[in-house]
Amino acid sequence: MKSDSKLLSAPYTVWMTVFIVLPMLLVGYFAFTDRSGSFTMENILSVGQYSNVFLRSIWLGAVATVVSLGLGYPLAYIVSKMNARRQNVMVMLVMLPMWMNFLLRTYAWMTLLEDNGLINSMLAAVGLPRVHMINTAGAVVLGMVYNYIPYMILPLYSVLTKIDRSVIEAAQDLGASSREVFLKVVVPLSMPGVISGVTMVFVPAVSTFIISKMLGGGGNLLIGDLIDMQFLGSAYNPNLGSAVSLVLMVIILICMGIMNQFDDGEAAGGGGMLI
Amino acid sequence: MKKAGANIYTFLIFLFLYAPILVLIVFSFNDTDTGSRTVWSGFSLRWYRKLFEDRLILEALRNTLIIAVVSAAASTVLGTMAAIGINSMRRLPKRIVMNITNLPMVNPEIVTGVSLMLLFVSAVKLFGGRSLGMGSLFAAHITFCLPYVILSVLPKLRQMDPNLYEAAQDLGCPPVRAFFKVVLPEIMPGIVTGLIMAFTLSIDDFVISYFTSGTTQTLPIYIYSMTRKRISPEINALSTVLFAVVMALLVIINVRSFRERDGRLKKEEV
Repeated sequence: MKSDSKLLSAPYTVWMTVFIVLPMLLVGYFAFTDRSGSFTMENILSVGQYSNVFLRSIWLGAVATVVSLGLGYPLAYIVSKMNARRQNVMVMLVMLPMWMNFLLRTYAWMTLLEDNGLINSMLAAVGLPRVHMINTAGAVVLGMVYNYIPYMILPLYSVLTKIDRSVIEAAQDLGASSREVFLKVVVPLSMPGVISGVTMVFVPAVSTFIISKMLGGGGNLLIGDLIDMQFLGSAYNPNLGSAVSLVLMVIILICMGIMNQFDDGEAAGGGGMLI
Repeated sequence: MKKAGANIYTFLIFLFLYAPILVLIVFSFNDTDTGSRTVWSGFSLRWYRKLFEDRLILEALRNTLIIAVVSAAASTVLGTMAAIGINSMRRLPKRIVMNITNLPMVNPEIVTGVSLMLLFVSAVKLFGGRSLGMGSLFAAHITFCLPYVILSVLPKLRQMDPNLYEAAQDLGCPPVRAFFKVVLPEIMPGIVTGLIMAFTLSIDDFVISYFTSGTTQTLPIYIYSMTRKRISPEINALSTVLFAVVMALLVIINVRSFRERDGRLKKEEV
């Protein structure tokens, strides 16, 4: 059986080489060559000019991740304490918006946040001053949180439901207050979920280009927008775009490496995908 | 008291998650001439009528469905074969293959998108042929669906007792038949999960399609161009239709799985 079945993966190995490995090598090739195809470091070096874009992306992505964690953890905790049937309904409700195309979800916020949008009309109706919300960094963070918070809640929930009740009871028997039980037992045991949630929110948030385009106006350029501009936008320059992509990949690898340091490795991927 | 707090908190989070969708749906029925998305002026179905007369949208929808069906089917077959092969690999090759398989899942979507775009553009430059379109979309979608299929089939293979397959052969079953009669039914749940995931991922994908589609329109790409140019309540109508379809599908799937669970319980009782 062994030798036969190994052959079965041959088509996939070929596919993977052509459509995963080769494209990655191409990104590397383009990043280190100029238009005529000769070697240059110029692209990588000129990425430095965009350090403000990188810093903004990382900052906004980090803020969105922290907000998602802050909002998502209590919800995951509350849901994990419900009875089984309600838990299923709640998980469904968290997942449902994810099934709607994220462009439409972001578009929904456009109509809400506009200067003449629904929130401002409501404020005006009760006599409050209008607030300028669209095309601000805050709107971008809101869009990120809204789109990616399910990726935080779901892994947290799946880790929290797996915590052994007897461990919590043991802590209570030994005289821990409910606060202590939460901080010293529940939180440490849920760390694998926190880590996969943080990664699953941070990676798409830091590399998004739609949310910033739709909710951030022109003033909140992110790494994703920069890449988009080099490949399909006005500033067509795939060499620079590849260099930016390469730097983005390295940043994310570093961030994930740091995150994995917190994981003791035992329950790796414990949260993971729920779908 | 604590319970009430928890309930209020849950309510607020779900309000945050659903209010925008609700607003979208409500304003899809708005009877407006100016196309305003925020001033209510009576109930009407005009935007739905317009939506179903919009040839571009229907064509984009058709493309999206064709791509989803083809790439889900192809990635399920290819991925299941790959999973069987990977499962019987030795440690080192297995690790290498799995690391590369994880790459599209770990990498930001935009990087996968531009890397594939570079591949297709370079291929067109080198070998000629048609520019980006349905062909490159098929390839791109199969590529990003494959890891999900493999990762949902592999655990089922690991759970399976390897002796079963050999037992079937010992009892005189030819290998191919043994595979279809013994292995396949055993890993079927994983294959079905993979298929469903591939299908939904493909339908929903925007970022990778955006870089690999050339001038071909898929529904997400069309939606994107709608939000960029003319803003019309047609998008609201479209969102509502899509939301209703997803709701219906989820309800059907859930009713089915509840029934299965009940059936299983009854069987166990017997």
